[in-house]
Amino acid sequence: MLLSVFCAVISVVSTLLLPIYVGKAIDTMTGTGRVDFGLLSELLLFMTFLIVLGGAAQLLMGRLNTHISNLVTRRLRDRAFSAITGISIAEADSRSHGDLESRIINDADAVGDGLLLGLSQLFTGVLTILGTIGFLFSISYQIAPIVVILTPMSLMVARFISSRSAIFFKEQAFARGELTEFCGEQVAAAGLLRAYCAGNHSIEQFEELNKKLNDVSLKAVFYSSLPNPSSRFVNNIIYMAVGAIGALFAISGGITIGGLTSFLSYASGYAKPFNEITGVITELQNAIICLGRLSELINLPPESETGDKQLTSVRGDVTFEDVEFSYNKDMHLISGLNLSVSRGTKVAIVGPTGAGKTTLVNLLMRFYDTNSGSILIDGIDTHDVKRSSLRSSFGMVLQDVWIREGTVLFNLTLGRDNILMEDVIRSARLSHAHDFIMRLPHGYDTMLSSDGSSLSQGEKQLICITRVMLMLPPMLILDEATSSIDTRTEQRIGQTFLGMMQGRTTFIVAHRLSTIRNSDLILYMEHGAVKEQGTHEELLNKKGGYAALYNSSRA
Amino acid sequence: MRYWHRCSKCLRPELLVPLVVAAMIDRGIINHDKRFVILMGLLLLLLAVVGMAVSITAQYFAARAAVLSTGRMRSDVYKRIMSFSQNSLDRVGTSALLTRITSDLNQVQGGINMTLRLFLRSPFVVAGAMIMAALISLRAFVLFAAVILCLSVFVAWLMRHTLPMYNTVQKKLEGLMVLVRENLEGIRVIRAFTGEEQERKAFFSRNEGLYEVAMTAGGWQSMLNPVTFVMVNFAVVILLYYSGRAVYVGSLTTGETVALYNYMCQILVELVKFATLIVQITRAWACVGRVSDLMSMVPDERVQHNPAEATASAAANAAPEAPAIRFRSVNFSYPSNNKPKAPTPDSDQSSARKAINDLSFSVAAGEMLGIIGGTGSGKSTIGGLLRHAYDINDGSIELFGRPVNEMTDASIAGICAYVPQRSQLFTGTVEDNLRLGAREASRDDLINSLKIAQAYDFVMEKGGLAASVAKGGTNFSGGQRQRLCIARALAAASRILVLDDATSALDAATERQLISELKSIKDLTIIVIAQRTMSVQSADNIIVMDSGWCVESGIHEELLKHNSTYCEIYEAGL
Repeated sequence: MLLSVFCAVISVVSTLLLPIYVGKAIDTMTGTGRVDFGLLSELLLFMTFLIVLGGAAQLLMGRLNTHISNLVTRRLRDRAFSAITGISIAEADSRSHGDLESRIINDADAVGDGLLLGLSQLFTGVLTILGTIGFLFSISYQIAPIVVILTPMSLMVARFISSRSAIFFKEQAFARGELTEFCGEQVAAAGLLRAYCAGNHSIEQFEELNKKLNDVSLKAVFYSSLPNPSSRFVNNIIYMAVGAIGALFAISGGITIGGLTSFLSYASGYAKPFNEITGVITELQNAIICLGRLSELINLPPESETGDKQLTSVRGDVTFEDVEFSYNKDMHLISGLNLSVSRGTKVAIVGPTGAGKTTLVNLLMRFYDTNSGSILIDGIDTHDVKRSSLRSSFGMVLQDVWIREGTVLFNLTLGRDNILMEDVIRSARLSHAHDFIMRLPHGYDTMLSSDGSSLSQGEKQLICITRVMLMLPPMLILDEATSSIDTRTEQRIGQTFLGMMQGRTTFIVAHRLSTIRNSDLILYMEHGAVKEQGTHEELLNKKGGYAALYNSSRA
Repeated sequence: MRYWHRCSKCLRPELLVPLVVAAMIDRGIINHDKRFVILMGLLLLLLAVVGMAVSITAQYFAARAAVLSTGRMRSDVYKRIMSFSQNSLDRVGTSALLTRITSDLNQVQGGINMTLRLFLRSPFVVAGAMIMAALISLRAFVLFAAVILCLSVFVAWLMRHTLPMYNTVQKKLEGLMVLVRENLEGIRVIRAFTGEEQERKAFFSRNEGLYEVAMTAGGWQSMLNPVTFVMVNFAVVILLYYSGRAVYVGSLTTGETVALYNYMCQILVELVKFATLIVQITRAWACVGRVSDLMSMVPDERVQHNPAEATASAAANAAPEAPAIRFRSVNFSYPSNNKPKAPTPDSDQSSARKAINDLSFSVAAGEMLGIIGGTGSGKSTIGGLLRHAYDINDGSIELFGRPVNEMTDASIAGICAYVPQRSQLFTGTVEDNLRLGAREASRDDLINSLKIAQAYDFVMEKGGLAASVAKGGTNFSGGQRQRLCIARALAAASRILVLDDATSALDAATERQLISELKSIKDLTIIVIAQRTMSVQSADNIIVMDSGWCVESGIHEELLKHNSTYCEIYEAGL
């Protein structure tokens, strides 16, 4: 950092000194036959030295800045990502994924580039301005005030115009947003528009928005291009004033021709750092905002640990005691839930959407914590257990299958390298996934894309099940897919589930009648409460909510 | 007056400035001519005014050209998208299409504007400065040319070297983004498998990879300024050295030396601007490439035979006794959509997996057909083929006795209204939405459609036909959205209604009511594609699909008698 500042100083000083020497060199040439070659070559030699020194300083400064900004970006990204792997699920659920992504990717860049390079540009800019003022006064204290006072005028002109054009930019952004939203809706429904032959009407509407955008865009683009020529105009006038007044001074002998040349070159160079600084300041402001967003993310508290017990050799007795839970304060979702499940029981959770089935899963895994009451496993309160220990006692298959970019093998092991290939294949055989994996172009090494588009829904589900098979945890949480997969795969998955459930306490969010019938205990949930529990026959005889649900699907 | 003579040859007012200053020095200062100095000063003022006027005019036309040409492109791209067949739409994907029409074209607009501004200025300034220098001294011209050449070669070399690196940086950055997204989407699975540490390690190592490439690229890039600085200033030193000798022998005046020096500075400023803007233009150029790729796609590859402009009723009247729909031994597989990003060498996989195998059935006018099966069974594909969204491999599909590939899309749309699984509503009013396929329909027609679709009551509650529809229809519940979509299809005044899983969010009673009202419409042929047997049990015929094959068909009671796939689906539905 300090070295970078030092380089900046050297680079600015040498850049500023050069015009002085150019001026002096010109002063050695006063006319035909009147050139002081001795002094000229001395001056030129010194200039060469300045050039090399300045170039070297600039090079070093560039390298250092690249290094620092990239390093900062990298560190910020590392820390932000670590924060994401630590935050609570509630936090992650409540935030827009796109926004978090953008913080790690774009904001980190903005901080690296904007803040550091901005600061260094600001520093050199200020230094250049101060240096220029100094030199201007040293050459001619009479003319210097003209430059120093008039130049900020060009900035004011530029700022005045920019503030005007900002209005048009806002309008342009609005029109763009409108068009983007329209396109988003229409393009996503392009198939539908075709089916209704409504393409032409849609094009008409588009043309209207497009015309509107073109009109404001033209204004925005044009006005935004004005500051440049206008400030150049002001600068030219200053140049004229300095030139004319300087020349008059020179006639009366107040300044040499070379001095005037240096003076003019300073005068024309004087406005540049001002322009740069105004540019840099907006960038800096942006960078500071970005840094704020990033540090907000980095400082998010990690999931709190309320205990450090480890669950070992879990039997699988699960008890809910007076569990209360709500996602937000206004709406109570689960209240006074009591439940006792002994080891090896297959529990089917049934109920209409929004009844709290998934919430039960969230609580079991401690993705969310209960407001009050407790969940016990083998008599141990899960609040006293380390989250990681609790979670690895459950195998979980969610309805939303999750496939990530990488090979099939990577998707099965999730990157853990302590798993033997034989184990992977054995688990895949057990889950009936081996066959289809071998039919893929490169077997276990076939690359899958993030959306897993090369696999069918059922195949994705099988991969997720195999993941759990590899772990063979003492308890299971299964979320049955609502939309049925093709019948044969569905049967296979059903069998796979049955095999896994053998001897394990299993909670299954069930939609399939066969699963429900085969379970030992059915929990019928409604509005966050377990309304009925028992076997299929028992519940049918009760003629309650479960029976109604069952019958409505038969009618 | 040799200066005036030279002035008249110039294009750009600012090019004259150094000459005027030179005159000021040579005649004004050296001859102590105050009046001349003031005259020259006024001339400079005039030049500044002319310069601004010219420059603003140029900017205006640059802006106009950029905005209007991009506007035209945007409109062309949109028209092209609207003309794409379903297959092309599937292949490119919505998000890519949107990127083309929005951010890509915005970049192009910026690029055109920059290019015009730049090329309207920099080359003239550079060339002009060169010519002016040549007029003063030929040897100075040679020096200038050499400097420009050296700089151009250097910048070009640097660009060629660093641009591929920046592409790599971009790719690595995307790699990071994938990891972040996966960690957010799969947060539950990762936590369940306690894979947090693993993920952190993976991210750190990818981030390090990015850092290294970015460092190398940045290192090269940081050479640009110092090298330019050194080159140009060395040229100044050489210029001064040469001028010293020239002034001594009298072939150059002091003022001219100053003018040469000023030209040199002007050239430098322009060249540096040029180099930095080239990066932006390159980026815009990449966008141009992507847009023109899209424009070069065949809009519609479907084969159409004698597409006569037959209206719906004409088609129906031509063969009143023909069934509304007839499939004859239809085979179909989706065209292989090899997206370039995922080069999976699909051997026998996709070609072997046909979406529809040897399917034959017919539906008489006014009847109801149920199609049932799991996802991927091919049931939705039937709905698509029916309206000629794709070309079939072999067999034939007829609507009222006319092969669909001999009908225009408009005449198919006039006969057959389709309600897809996803309820797609547009921002606007209920009326706007209902009029999608029925521009001319009367208000009574629209109201009637709403009533049949069981949507009248809730639409009235929200303010009738003028009720507003939010983006994605989010101000209506899932079931209400589906009913609005059905009403929209009915308003299209069609003879065939295809409901593709379009009742999944309705409760049992509403669904029953809806279907019975639909059945009561005279001559309306109904196709119900569903996952639950409940939706199709009142159909006149039911087709059960599995992996592209029709495995069973018959009416509900018949199908239930046998221990069949239909029974399994019946059992599964809760």
